[in-house]
Parts: sequence; C-alpha cells; structure tokens
Amino acid sequence: MTLPSPFSGPHPLSRRVVGFFAVMIAVTATVAILGVILGMMAEFVTQGGGELSWAFLTEFPRNSNMEGGIWPALAGTTLLVLLMTLMGVPIGTATALYLSEFARKDAWFARTVRFAVNTLAGVPSIVFGLFGVGFFIQFVGVGLDAATGSVALGDGSLLWSSATLAVLTLPVVIVSVEEALRAVPLELREASLALGATRFQTITKVVLPNAVSGILTGSILAVGRGAGEVAAIMFVGVTYSAEALPNAVTEKFMHLGYHLYVLATQSPDVEKTLPLQYATTLVLLGLTFTLNFSAIIIRSRLRRH
Amino acid sequence: MAKELATKIHSSKFSVHYGSKQALFDVTLDIPERRVTAFIGPSGCGKSTFLRSINRMNDLIDSVRNDGRMIVDGIDVYDRLVDVAVLRRKIGMVFQKSIPFPKSIFENITYGLTLNERMSKSALNDVVESSLRKSALWDEVKDRLQHSAMGLSGGQQQRLCIARAIAINPEILLMDEPCSALDPISTAKVEELITELKDTYTIVLVTHNMQQAARVSDYTGFFLLGRMIEFDRTRTLFTSPSVKETEDYITGRFG
Ligand SMILES: Nc1ncnc2c1ncn2[C@@H]1O[C@H](COP(=O)(O)OP(=O)(O)O)[C@@H](O)[C@H]1O
Ligand SMILES: [Mg+2]
Repeated sequence: MTLPSPFSGPHPLSRRVVGFFAVMIAVTATVAILGVILGMMAEFVTQGGGELSWAFLTEFPRNSNMEGGIWPALAGTTLLVLLMTLMGVPIGTATALYLSEFARKDAWFARTVRFAVNTLAGVPSIVFGLFGVGFFIQFVGVGLDAATGSVALGDGSLLWSSATLAVLTLPVVIVSVEEALRAVPLELREASLALGATRFQTITKVVLPNAVSGILTGSILAVGRGAGEVAAIMFVGVTYSAEALPNAVTEKFMHLGYHLYVLATQSPDVEKTLPLQYATTLVLLGLTFTLNFSAIIIRSRLRRH
Repeated sequence: MAKELATKIHSSKFSVHYGSKQALFDVTLDIPERRVTAFIGPSGCGKSTFLRSINRMNDLIDSVRNDGRMIVDGIDVYDRLVDVAVLRRKIGMVFQKSIPFPKSIFENITYGLTLNERMSKSALNDVVESSLRKSALWDEVKDRLQHSAMGLSGGQQQRLCIARAIAINPEILLMDEPCSALDPISTAKVEELITELKDTYTIVLVTHNMQQAARVSDYTGFFLLGRMIEFDRTRTLFTSPSVKETEDYITGRFG
C-alpha cells in the first residue's frame, strides 16, 4: 500500500481528472496561439525579409507602388500618430479627470459622458471615418474655409485624419487614465488637502504625477490602436501615392496600413507586389511591437520609483 | 470644566448624517487651547467623524450633511465665507494610515509651504530642520533629506507626517489614531512627541487605546453611538466617571 502524498488533497479522483483536462485545454490553446503567431511571423520574414533594407525604409515607392520603398507611408504614419496623440491625450486626460475627480457619481452629465465613452468604444472604425467626413471635413473644415476665405481645410488631410483617430482612440485613453487616477490612494489626496492644498493643487501636484504611468500607457495603447487603423482614415485624408512628404497638416499623406491595402488590392500586378506587402507588414508589426515594448518598459521603470 | 483655560474649539449641537444614517447626535463640547484632548470610544461611534468635521475633511464625502455649529477661534468653520484651504492650514491633521507623498523627505515637509508662496532655499532648509527636530526625526534623517520618504520605516513615516503637518505652522493638530499601525517603540516616540507639542499646539487625539488617552491627554471625551457621553479632565474621567456607560467602558465591561 502506498502512503498518501502529503500534497494530495481531499479532492475526489473525478475532480482531479476534470482539473487535468482543463489544464490540458489551456496549454493546448496557448501553444496553438503561439504557433499561429510564430507561423505568421515566419511567413512574413521568409517572404518579405529579403525586401527589408535601409533603402526600402527610406525611399519613395516607384512605378505605381510596384517597386521602391515605403518612406512616405512610414513618415505619414508617424506624423499621423503624433498629431493624434497631441490632440487625443490631453482631451482624454481632461475627461478622465472630470469623471474621476470632479463629477459626483450620480451626476447625470457624468453618467451621460460615461455612457458615450462606452458606446464609442464599441463603434466600428469605419463609422469614425464617416464621422470624420461629416463632422471634421464637411462641417468644421468647410465652415472654417467659408469663414476665412481659404480652401485648405475643406478636404481630407493629415489634420482631419489625426482628429478622427483622436476621437476613435479617446475611449482607450479615458479608460486607462481613469483607472490610473482611481489607483492613486485616497490617503494621498486627503494628506494634500489637509495641508491646505486646493482641489486643483492636489490634482496637479499629487494625483497627476502619481498617474503618469497610466497616462503614458493609455497614450501608447492609443498610439498602437491608431497606428494600425485603416478604415477610419480611408475617407479623411490618406492617399495611395505622394510625390513628397506633407508640408502642412492640411495636406494628404501616405500610411502603412493603407499602403498595404493598396498593394494588396489596387496594384496592377498584385502577385508581383507580395514581397513588398510582406515587408510592409513586417515594418507595421515592428512598429506596434516597439510601441508595446516601450509601454512595458516605461511602466516598470515608473513603478519602481 | 476648565474655566481657567481658553476654548479653542467649540461645538454646539453638532450632528452629522451620512445620507440617511446619522453618525453624530447633538455633540456639544469645548476643547481647551494648548492641551491634549483625547476622544475614546468603541469603533464606529463617530470619533473620526467629529475630528474630520473640525477641519472640514468630511466635505469630501458627497453624502455628508451637518447641523449645529463648529466654532474654531470664534468662527463657524461652516460659514460660507470660510476658505477651506486657509482653515486647513490652521488645523493640521495626522491620519491613521498616513502615507508620505512619494517624493523626497525634504519635499514632503515643504509641500504645504510651497503651495502658495515662493520661499528661499535657506528659509525652506530652516523650516525642514525645525519641523524634523520638533517631530524628533531630525537625527535619523538629516543625512538623507533628498531620499524618497517611502524608504522610511512605518514609525518614521508617521513622524514625517507629523513634521509635514507642523511645517505650515498650524494652531491645532488633529490626530486620528496616529499610533494604531505602529510598533510599541514608535508609539512611545509619538506619544512623547505629543506631550512636547502640546505647549505649542492644541491637540485633539482620537485613540482606541485607553491607556494612551490616560498617558498623554489632559482632557478626555467618551463617545458612544454618535453621542458625547462624558467629557472631563482625563484623571477625573478615568478615576471617577460620572456616567455609568463611561465606567462600563473604561473598566472593560464592553467595547
Ligand atoms: N464615508 C462614510 N459614509 C457612510 N457612513 C460613514 C462614513 N464614514 C463613517 N460612516 C459611519 O459613521 C459612523 C461613525 O464612523 P466613524 O466616525 O468613522 O467612527 P470611529 O472613528 O469612532 O470608528 C459609523 O457607523 C460609520 O459606519
Ligand atoms: Mg475612526
């Protein structure tokens, strides 16, 4: 007879069998997902890796995008994402501040804002694109043009694409900043207020500095989401070919995701551009990976202090 | 009570509701100037509520409603003309779970000072030193003022919070169970500190520890279920309480 192991609990055999299968399923699923990801990466690298070069990154496309590099798309994506962040993060942070610091929980206005944010998060990106056309271009842009006598704003542009993406990524920013604000201990706020600080001083000197990691994370998540977004900017300023980088925010721009879409569907010879598509995908993935990785680094750095 | 002593804080029929739940019932009492006044009573009886009503920290809670009057230096703190920030500079507070700001020791002390005015580096240095000396922490931290305050021990953190509070030169110090998270040695240090500080400040101390109240306070108030049951000189209250509930509580028959 074997002695019972000190670690075998009072669980009946049936429960242990169920547990075993649950673990097996989880492990299998994880391995399968990893396999798919690695398989995809291998495919991209073997098919597109040969095209990757300094020239590919720094040259303009040639011959109807059939040859050459992706420089304007890379630069356009970067500019787009930068502008989007500059517009979206301050507004998102301000909204999160209002919701978590100023609004009473039962205030109808705060409830409405919260409901709108949650709804916004579930809206398909193409709808944001249409909103961009209707609101930013037709209403704001054309309106401003009419008022100032210019013609610069009433058409798709880097500016309106960034604005559209800023709206699209707003929920991500608001939710992560709000989470970070809520994580600031009540004791810290009370200590500040008890020392004679006003609410506003408490927010700028105590609450926000302690929520920096959340604000950064929200921004980077938003950037990651915005960098890969195509549908939302399709009608608001992206273009399939450009002679030069945009000189002003009112000009059109190229974009990695859209470039990929153009290569895959609009090219005179789609088969021939496959290596270019894979290489472009690699760059886009690399960009997203770098962003997420830097988000992780920044968070752990800040947490240590 | 205490006819010879000036009254610093006077509450009159002061009641507090949290929503529909009443936490304080018509509390009337006089807290003397430059003495230690302790509040004892079982938990949930309203000690913190009363304390937080003095410097209006309870304003932060949405559901709170007050009735009656809370007078500090002859002024009703709930008067519409009172600037809460100014009121709180005059009434320092030390909390049960006090955590320093995640800044340096130096910045923790100067936080309140630099909120509204610019001060010279040397003036700040002076205040930091004198506050840390008053809170008996100077010798332990004088060589690492620029280090993060989070690296201090629990007892040191609590004394830092006291130093932070007295740096802005308040007249009143409210302390809500300041030793409940501390070990006996740190507790002894804080108690000694309280005794030293009472020459300068009017101290109101909430404690669930009756020995502590007996050791450090001059006056003691006994709260029960939101009512001030008895208020008297500490010695009188502990040796010959005049109310039956007080006697039951201090002899440990309930609580
Ligand atoms: N923020 C709050 N919201 C609702 N009720 C509260 C709140 N704070 C305290 N109370 C209630 O008020 C009563 C008194 O609490 P408190 O003043 O914290 O007592 P003590 O400090 O003596 O333990 C308790 O019944 C408590 O549940
Ligand atoms: Mg309490």
